[in-house]
Parts: sequence; C-alpha cells; structure tokens
Amino acid sequence: MVEKNELLKMASIAKLKMTEEEAETIVKKFNVVLGTASLFNELDLEDVEPSYNINSVTNVMREDIPKESFEREIMLANAPEKLYGCIKVSKIIE
Amino acid sequence: MNFETIIGLEVHAELKTKTKAFCSCINEFGGEVNTNCCPVCMGYPGALPVLNKKLVEYAVRAGLALNCEISLFSKTDRKNYFYPDLPKAFQISQYDIPLCKNGSLKIEVDGKEKVIGITRIHIEEDAGKMLHGTESEDYSLVDFNRSGVPLIEIVSEPDLRSPLEARLYLEKLKGILEYLEISDCKMQEGSLRCDANISVRPVGQKEFGVKTEIKNMNSLKALQRALEYEEERHKRILTEGGTIVQETRRWDEAKGITVSMRTKGQADDYRYFPEPDLVPIVLEKEWIESIRKDLPELPDEKRKRFVKEYGIPEYDASILTLTKELSNFFEACAKGHKNPKAVSNWVMGEVLRVMKEKDIELKELNIKPQSLGRLIDLVDEGVLSNTGAKQVFEEMYKTGEEPEVLVDRLGLRQISDEGAIIELVKKVLEENQKSVEDYKKGKTNALGYLVGQCMKASKGKANPQLINKILKDLLS
Repeated sequence: MVEKNELLKMASIAKLKMTEEEAETIVKKFNVVLGTASLFNELDLEDVEPSYNINSVTNVMREDIPKESFEREIMLANAPEKLYGCIKVSKIIE
Repeated sequence: MNFETIIGLEVHAELKTKTKAFCSCINEFGGEVNTNCCPVCMGYPGALPVLNKKLVEYAVRAGLALNCEISLFSKTDRKNYFYPDLPKAFQISQYDIPLCKNGSLKIEVDGKEKVIGITRIHIEEDAGKMLHGTESEDYSLVDFNRSGVPLIEIVSEPDLRSPLEARLYLEKLKGILEYLEISDCKMQEGSLRCDANISVRPVGQKEFGVKTEIKNMNSLKALQRALEYEEERHKRILTEGGTIVQETRRWDEAKGITVSMRTKGQADDYRYFPEPDLVPIVLEKEWIESIRKDLPELPDEKRKRFVKEYGIPEYDASILTLTKELSNFFEACAKGHKNPKAVSNWVMGEVLRVMKEKDIELKELNIKPQSLGRLIDLVDEGVLSNTGAKQVFEEMYKTGEEPEVLVDRLGLRQISDEGAIIELVKKVLEENQKSVEDYKKGKTNALGYLVGQCMKASKGKANPQLINKILKDLLS
C-alpha cells in the first residue's frame, strides 16, 4: 500500500501537479489498483522466466543506412519558442 | 594517517555508426543545428524506435576486445528523467541485463601489469545538446542533432588505486576503442566522456569511504588533475576530522578545482522499466564468434609483435602502440628500414614533441612515413648530422617537402668526402700549432678545441665523427 506522501513525491518526480485534496482521492484509487495487482504475489512463479515483452518477437533491427531527415522548419513548427534554428527553453544552469 | 584511494570510471563513447541508434537520421558531429532530426529522435508522440544493428555489433566488438561475457539475451529499458535535452523525458538504455559484463583490461603501472575489472558495457542513446548564451541571456537553446546518437557506457570496477592508474586505464581504453574503429574517441568534442567516482579510506580499512562523482574532464590530463585535486580534498577533510558529502562535482579546468554541482534536492529516481517499444535482443553464438574472428590486432598484441619484429625495446613498443594512428605511422616507416630503433626514436622524440607542442594530430603533420624513413637514412649515411636532421624535420612538417631537397636548400649537407676533410684538418693543424703541442704533451681536451676549429672552418658542414677520426690519425 502506498502513503499519500509517497504519492506526492512520485507526482513531483513525474512533474505532475497535484493538490492535497486530489492526492487524498488518488491515493485511495491507487491502493485499489495495487491491491488487485498484489494478487499476483500469491502465484507460484518459482520456475517461470520473467516476461519482458508481451509478444514473442525478438531482434527487430534495421541496417545502418541513412535516410533523409525532416525539414527543420517542420520539426520546429510546434515549438512554443525558437531561436537560431533551435528550440528555446528556460535557462538551465548546472 | 595513511590513506588508500579508490577510483572507478564510467566512460561514454559515441559510436561512429552512419545513422542514429533508433532512427535513420545521420549520425554526424557539427552539422547545421536541428537538421539531422526526425519524429523519433525528437520524441514526437507515436514515433517508434527501431534498433540499429550496427550498434549491437559495435558494442559486442567492444565487449569481446575487453574480455567480456556477451549476453545471449538482453533488453533495453527506459531511464526516466526531465531535462530539456531529452525530448522523450526518458533515455533508452539498459538496466539489469547489459549487453556485455565481467570484462577486464590490463594496464602497466611502474613496469608491472595490473588487471582492471570491467563491470559492464551497455548500449544507450545520447541526449541533445544545450547551448548556453551569455550570463545576461535568460534562455538556453537546444540542438537535437546529437539526440539518439548511439553510445556505449563502459563501467569499471573500483580497482583503480591512483589518479595515474585512472589515466592509464582511460588511455588504454581509448586506444582499444580506436583500434576497433567503433568510436572517434575525441574527448574535446565529447565523443569520449569520462565520469569518475573517487573515495579514500585509511589503509587497512575494509569498507569504502564516502565517494564523490566528478564530471567535465575534457582530456586525459584533466582526468588525472581532477582526481589528484579531489583525492587531496578528501584526505584533507578526513584528516581534519570532517566528513565527505556524497555528491556530484564539476571539474573547473581553468581554476584547477572541483566545484559542487547544484543538486536537485531529490535523490535520483530513474524509475527504470523495460522499453515496451523495443523487443529483446537475442544473439547467436556463431554471430558473436564471427565478430571475434574479425577483431583487428589490438594494442597488447601489436606491442609484442613490434618488439619481436623490429627489435625495439618493450617501452618504445608500448608508447608506439598507444594509438592506432601512431602505430601505423611507425610501422609504415619502420617496415623494410635498416634502422627501426632510430625510427622509433624519431617517432617517440621529434614526431610526438611537435604534435604536443603544436597541439595537432598525426594526420595534420605534413610528413609521410616514407619521408621520415629517408631522413633517417640520410643521417645513417653521414649526409646529415643529427642536429641538421632536426632542422630538416622542422621544415618537413611545415612545408611537406622531401628531406633530400631540404638538405641542400638549407645547406646542411655534411662533407663526408675524406680527402676534402683531410685537407681541411691539415690546414687547421697548421694554424693551431700551440694546441697540437698541448695535445702531444697530454692535454687531451686540446682535441676538442681542434675539432671545434675544424667544424668552424667547414662552416659546420663536416661530418664530426670523420673529423675526429682524421684528427687522431694525423696527430698520432
């Protein structure tokens, strides 16, 4: 089961805005989902290989052959702000 | 108190595939901003990645050269974090099943071989590039040409015990990746990047001390300097009874110090999970073996061969084989040459000196290996003195002209005609009767004076060995 504080922390890592009241409601719903999912813990999976991918396909790869990229104007068309052919963002200082 | 230093390195190498890791955009350095981009590498909703086969091949090549186990089954995972250079808000990487693991690399420290463990090598994609303006500008710009460029991350075990060992390890690793022709390995351009973890502990203590991670070292020398600084900082704090804060620090090359980077306040939580848009990578043993079979000759093998084939000292061979370029240059020059040791001396001496002084690469040096070979011949044949040869070399790399032409143009051709030198020496002896008498009385240093006078008389062009011999003959 998850606590409200933990939920708020996850929301902040995922950059989701969530008020205290919303968190109260969501934590309840969240725990219903977790409760259902925890039923899996009752299964005996001792000798079962973990499944990383739901279909059995492997090795979908392509050859290393270049194709034309998109026009810059098209790629940047939806950017809220742009400058000198780049996407403009808030100043980031490390 | 005596301390022991513990260092581990994380090295990122950009692979020189033609296209990016998960889309067919061109992988190149320095293109016009945001022109090698598509919906996949710019993280548009609904775009689907498709893995570049070459990326897997190159990573396996690296794994085999570094004695790793290659995973027959591996997969990709999402590493989630928010940053403007990461348009999908996750990086496709590998978490619990890397492509290669449990490898090793040998370095030589004080003449002794030391094996450094390699924990893992995994494949991942690079992020875009942030361009920061001046301080007064309140924005940053993002170029996504680098977004999706394939990388391998090579993680070492904490087996390194000094900043020098760390440098030797990185130098060797860089050499191997260059030999494999899978990465340009240019630290200045960022195609090879190195982060270092360092801690110190009192000698005898089993547990590791608290570590710091340092970033932003743009050369081998910077790595060593940054680690030396950080090592001293740790020791000083501990000696004064303080505690080390676990944090990431940035190396400031200009100031020669490490500075704490602003932490996000929250511990990193990347919430890795299997990448649902890509399927597992399943490798066949035969394919891996075919890559192993095609591996080029690597530095260690080449070093042994140089010692055997060219009879040069082990030390020379280890320097000459550090980079593929240098080893090829040496070999092109030494092959069939009468005096491979002289070739080695010239390459390790003048060639490396000029490259270092001018901060240029071998290919920028205007000298063909065959021309250097002939320059050495001219010295061996007595046409040029060693000093004269160095002058010719200076002109050779500046003008690209051949040594035979330069010898005459610079007027450095030695007089090696015995008859001409005998005449010259006789004349000098006549003019310096007093020195001749001194020499005959046992003042041996008078000979040096006479050699000097002969050289002067020949305007520096006579072969000094020959003068010496003739002087002694005439005086005896």
